[in-house]
Amino acid sequence: MAVNEIARAQGERSMANNDIALMGHLMRRAGFGAQYHEIEARAAKGYEETVEELLHPEDHPDGMDLDLAERYFIEWNHFVRGVPEYITWRMINSKRQLEEKVVLFWHGILCISDSKLQSYPTEYEELEMFRRCGFGSFRDLLVEISKDPAMVYYLDNCLSHKGNINENYGRELLELFSLGVGMDGKFNYTEDDVKECARAFTGWTIANSIPQQPYGRYAAKFVYNPNDHDDGEKTFLGETGNFNGEDIIDIIVKQPATARFISRHMYNFFIADDVEVPSWMDTPPRDPETIKMLEDEYFRSGYNIRSMLRVLFNSDAFKNSRFEKVKSPIETIIGTLRLVGDWTTPKPGLEFIFDEMKYMGQEILNPPSVEGWHTGKEWIDGGTLVHRINFAADSVSNTSFPGIQDIIARLRSEGQTLSPEGLVDGCLRLLGDYEMSEETRRMLVDKSSKGGEVDTASGGFPAKVGETLRLIAATKEFLYA
Amino acid sequence: MTSNRKDPVLVVLQMSGAYDALNTFIPYNDPHYQDYRQLVNVAPDEVLAVDDNVGFHPALAPIKDLYDQGKVAVMQGIGYPNPIRSHFRSMDIWHTAEPHKMGMDGWLGRAIRDMDPNKENVLTGVNFGRGLPRALASSGVSVASVGGLDSLGVLTGIENPDQRTEALDIFARMYSPMIGSGPANDYLSQTGLDALKGADILATAPGKYSSTVEYAGGQFSQWLKNVAQVHLAGLGSRVLYTGLNPGAFDTHANQTTAFPKLWSEVTTAVGDFYQDLKEHDASQEVVILMFTEFGRRVQENGSGTDHGSGSVAFVIGDNVEGGLYGEYPSLEPDKLDQGDLQWNNDFRSTYATILEKWMGLDSKPILRDQYELFDFIK
Repeated sequence: MAVNEIARAQGERSMANNDIALMGHLMRRAGFGAQYHEIEARAAKGYEETVEELLHPEDHPDGMDLDLAERYFIEWNHFVRGVPEYITWRMINSKRQLEEKVVLFWHGILCISDSKLQSYPTEYEELEMFRRCGFGSFRDLLVEISKDPAMVYYLDNCLSHKGNINENYGRELLELFSLGVGMDGKFNYTEDDVKECARAFTGWTIANSIPQQPYGRYAAKFVYNPNDHDDGEKTFLGETGNFNGEDIIDIIVKQPATARFISRHMYNFFIADDVEVPSWMDTPPRDPETIKMLEDEYFRSGYNIRSMLRVLFNSDAFKNSRFEKVKSPIETIIGTLRLVGDWTTPKPGLEFIFDEMKYMGQEILNPPSVEGWHTGKEWIDGGTLVHRINFAADSVSNTSFPGIQDIIARLRSEGQTLSPEGLVDGCLRLLGDYEMSEETRRMLVDKSSKGGEVDTASGGFPAKVGETLRLIAATKEFLYA
Repeated sequence: MTSNRKDPVLVVLQMSGAYDALNTFIPYNDPHYQDYRQLVNVAPDEVLAVDDNVGFHPALAPIKDLYDQGKVAVMQGIGYPNPIRSHFRSMDIWHTAEPHKMGMDGWLGRAIRDMDPNKENVLTGVNFGRGLPRALASSGVSVASVGGLDSLGVLTGIENPDQRTEALDIFARMYSPMIGSGPANDYLSQTGLDALKGADILATAPGKYSSTVEYAGGQFSQWLKNVAQVHLAGLGSRVLYTGLNPGAFDTHANQTTAFPKLWSEVTTAVGDFYQDLKEHDASQEVVILMFTEFGRRVQENGSGTDHGSGSVAFVIGDNVEGGLYGEYPSLEPDKLDQGDLQWNNDFRSTYATILEKWMGLDSKPILRDQYELFDFIK
């Protein structure tokens, strides 16, 4: 082979490797990770094409046999419980991965918690609403969440009456769901704005609940009670009129602060860990340029979430953000299960997976407060770290899982023997192109080099791969996605 | 407090699910009690009476025994303003000591920061259980949280001890702060190394331990045994935390079967734990706080009881001035709070007393306000 041919071949190979690495990254962020064959197939299809597919869940089958699963998990009737397990099942198995990720995104911002609601049917309806509205106009999403029975109850809007307001929802709508407390060092709204906002939402309430006995819980229903609505004049963010809730939302969504707030949330969830939300008033964004780009798209598209996500996933900032985020517990658990190929068919024990989320500090449907979960390094403490490492390490070292058997088969197909470097690098690649610091990689290689080259046909090979994967899952680097 | 004793240690026992205060510490001579509780009750002659009005459920016999020795403070009518009847939110309030707003960090996490500001001991706080209770969580405070002393630390899935030792050695080197980059690297490295070091030290505890006390085989009993082992190993732990399985005490139905069994398991373990400390001449070093998130509805629902408010908690130890504290809430129908016992004793006064008089800490910065102190610490 001529020298330039070799160079070209190497160039093509590294181009392909880049595509794979980038696709692994996209699938970890726009989903919960993928096995190598899926990453390869999607990379062959193309990056932008995959982004489009993920952005349009409605055009693609979810690939789940929910009917079979529901027959198996009879508690999925949502009247008893089972909703966390149902969501867990979807996150693991849905081919429409971004849809599930977007549900989790909004669940972490437009928070409700089971500790107050104690009604899985009502919470289930909210998640379905996120699935329905999570990609559309942010204005419509705010209208929907303001009418969402789980939210109306969670933030006491049902206790807010004409002439006797409860400010809870009015305040959090501004502080945590749209504007944020402040931007660039200045407050975004006043206490009077909170009160006027709360007045506008009076009469947005829920119907009397159906008694739990004898048939179990029913989802709550939204009702608008015009007799309890304060239709007097209100002044909100400098505008005056006989505003109702939708008018308030129309004013909210056109504020630059709302564009900033949503853009920062998207950045923090999909691109890289930023500071925690309470510091956003005074701490500028980590990457102002990308935030500006998202803000511009917010206004250009008429507040369209899908358009913003398209800009986000196609941005250089996103493509260059590999391993800039500490994985959340749910990302860790679902990502690990998808990687090893567990839970692709119904079997007993799904509630233990839900428990693992709790032990690692992210109990789905039960964020610690209306602020949602703190993210980044705050996921990690002495207890949650040990749970996280042991869960991931025990799973990837279990060579009976189909996903791990697939990794073993692929390594075998690459040759009769593997060097210690080949083994470690092969494992890292097949995990979705994980990157290690040079020192960490060296330690992994040193460990696997005991005994020199590995015979891939030998009976001990699977265990050797399992032990290598186990140690990779215990690294600091593996805490990131 | 005497000056020549070891550093005071607090053991916290969390009874999740809300035990029924009315059947735990029973107003057995109150006619309303028998009216409200036709089925879910204890007959007056079975109550372990402490006076003519109140007494312990028979399943709390080991606690009654300690009470008779003057070692149990019964905190009657304990609660907080605007009681909430959600398990999780109410437990959050007990954990964060913040009834009015959602608090993020725990009262004991804040106390541990005060006890060990320079983080000299990774085992100042130790939790036995699954996941860290928010009571112990506070930003920058390292608390060891383990599922038990026989399955300790990271990479417990490696069965061969030599291989595990080798893997842990690599783990320690991989978590060096010198390796890696990014804003969180130092923190993640330190947390990993603390977890490893904590597990290493904790693992030495069972080897140093011998006792004639035989704990029962249940998880809670075993965790209390672990608490004893860690304390007796002299590892400098000041706050040791564990509890009964989440939700166990949530007796909406069939309470008369489940409730005595649960209390019997708990109090037998507590009695064994006290005996264990006593045998090692360490019972004066420890104070125990046992609590639940709220009480249960005064009116039974048929075979069980629903969520209520005013509750009862217990502080136990040689250095405790035994007796009754707070008032037993009235059962007069018009004195109830929406059908629940009216609390009269803010739980933060119990916290403040433990922090100030037992742990020797300034309670105000930890609880973010000054609360009235009780005299239940000698």
